[in-house]
Amino acid sequence: MNVFRESIRDKVFYNLVFFAILLTGASYLIGQLTAGQDLKMIKDLGLAATSVFGLFIAVFIGIGLVSKEVERRSIYSLLAKPVDRYQIVLGKYAGLVLTLAVNVAIMTVALYVVLAYMGWKLGAVSMSWEAPALDPALLKALALTFVELCLVTALALFFSTFSTPLLSAALTFGFFVAGRLSNDLRNFDEVMRSSAGGRVAEAVYWILPHLAAFDVRAQVVHGQYVPAAYMALTAGYGVLYITALLVPATVIFSRRDFK
Amino acid sequence: MLTVIAVGVLMAAAARLQLLRERTSPLPERNEATLYLTSGNALRRMTIGYSALAADVYWIRAIQHFGDKRLGRAAAPGGAERDFPLLYPLLDLTTTLDPRFNIAYRFGAIFLAEPVPGGAGRPDLAIALLEKGLREAPDKWEYVVDVGFVHYWWLHNYREAAGWFDRASHLPHAPSWLGAMAATTLAQGGDRTSSRQMWQALRESADNDWLRGSAERALMQLGALDEIDELQQIVDRAAKEDGAPPVGGRVVQINGRVIVDPTGVPYEVDAEGRVHLGQKSSLFPLPDQPAHLS
Repeated sequence: MNVFRESIRDKVFYNLVFFAILLTGASYLIGQLTAGQDLKMIKDLGLAATSVFGLFIAVFIGIGLVSKEVERRSIYSLLAKPVDRYQIVLGKYAGLVLTLAVNVAIMTVALYVVLAYMGWKLGAVSMSWEAPALDPALLKALALTFVELCLVTALALFFSTFSTPLLSAALTFGFFVAGRLSNDLRNFDEVMRSSAGGRVAEAVYWILPHLAAFDVRAQVVHGQYVPAAYMALTAGYGVLYITALLVPATVIFSRRDFK
Repeated sequence: MLTVIAVGVLMAAAARLQLLRERTSPLPERNEATLYLTSGNALRRMTIGYSALAADVYWIRAIQHFGDKRLGRAAAPGGAERDFPLLYPLLDLTTTLDPRFNIAYRFGAIFLAEPVPGGAGRPDLAIALLEKGLREAPDKWEYVVDVGFVHYWWLHNYREAAGWFDRASHLPHAPSWLGAMAATTLAQGGDRTSSRQMWQALRESADNDWLRGSAERALMQLGALDEIDELQQIVDRAAKEDGAPPVGGRVVQINGRVIVDPTGVPYEVDAEGRVHLGQKSSLFPLPDQPAHLS
């Protein structure tokens, strides 16, 4: 809860005001620019903004979870308390996940409010929409975005247990970009002359987080069905990957000498 | 309070300076016809998962390019620049970034195929774009009809058009009238009734005001062609009775009443006694007279 309270103190939720202004402004302006694609664009914008804003919170707060405590020297009072070191790491992670959950939930409500308004305003042309304005399938995209953000938070926390904040941010963003593009590595062996190079690329493919799998935004916006099995398997993959990051993070933090 | 006033004064001064600079030393206008990135696949990677949003940006750019040229704001004298050089690349990028961007394919089908000055005059690119859409969504009967429509209306290849309509009629959710349209096109390709039927279908399935407007304009053009045929008969009869064709450049009058086209512009008669649309009409020029199958 301390991380969550700290996030509120750090005015993290100011991004929600910006999100609301962005969506409201876009809903007004887009109608005059998009030749009938207003609803699609608001959905694209709302879903992408939820992901981008969440990403910035996950990275920039995630990298400071441990290093801030060390810098402020508050880590000593924390370590003196009757809690295990792994509990500190997991508690900090849970606090940031709670911050992200509240953030995503409020953005979801704001997005649906804007979509309800647009649906009401554009009701006469609803026949041509690929998906309804208040499509519940949007929740699938938002849910997977949330799992993806939890994974990025775990990455940031993992790097912050043994690295400086700047390097942690660079590594987390690097892994995020590589994870989004990891599908390109899958068939690298077909374009590489060296078979060893192909095998390395394949190994990297399996090690990197498959963040592209969490992106079903285009599918839900176009009214394409995202099966429950896909949701469950992707979320399951996310949970396992998060655990695989938190375990070494707690081990490194437990062994770290803060003297 | 003093700070607020100081900021206000400084901002106002900066705005005045900007205004002065714009008036006294404007920079040469930037050439808008530039596309810095032409590879959709490279762009897709650069957007790291936010490609749908990037597609929206390119879509807005495509319609701005089209609207700007069409309204003639960026047109060179004589309309030389009204050939929409970026329309296909922009729509191609849009549909690479978001392969399910339905309206981009359908918009391209109409406005890439339409001859200059109304469109790019490139039916080949319109078909290429629609075929790209079909590779993504092979069951999309609307794209198949649109390909047939380009063959029918702009290329006057009725046999090819009939083939596409027939193919569309066998796709899931295709309307039942498509089979009949394929047969009609093959039997009487190019007649105005089937042309009208096709434009009406396009108007009803259009999910965009511009497409709807284009279909309505084409329907008015077909109406004008019917009216011209009727007026021609009247003018020919009058010329026969008077022994000479009416004087050229005159508007058509019947019983002292000026006959106007569906947009309210009077029809004209040339020196040879041919009735035609006034050049000020927004329906001008009329499409080529549909020809029957040879």
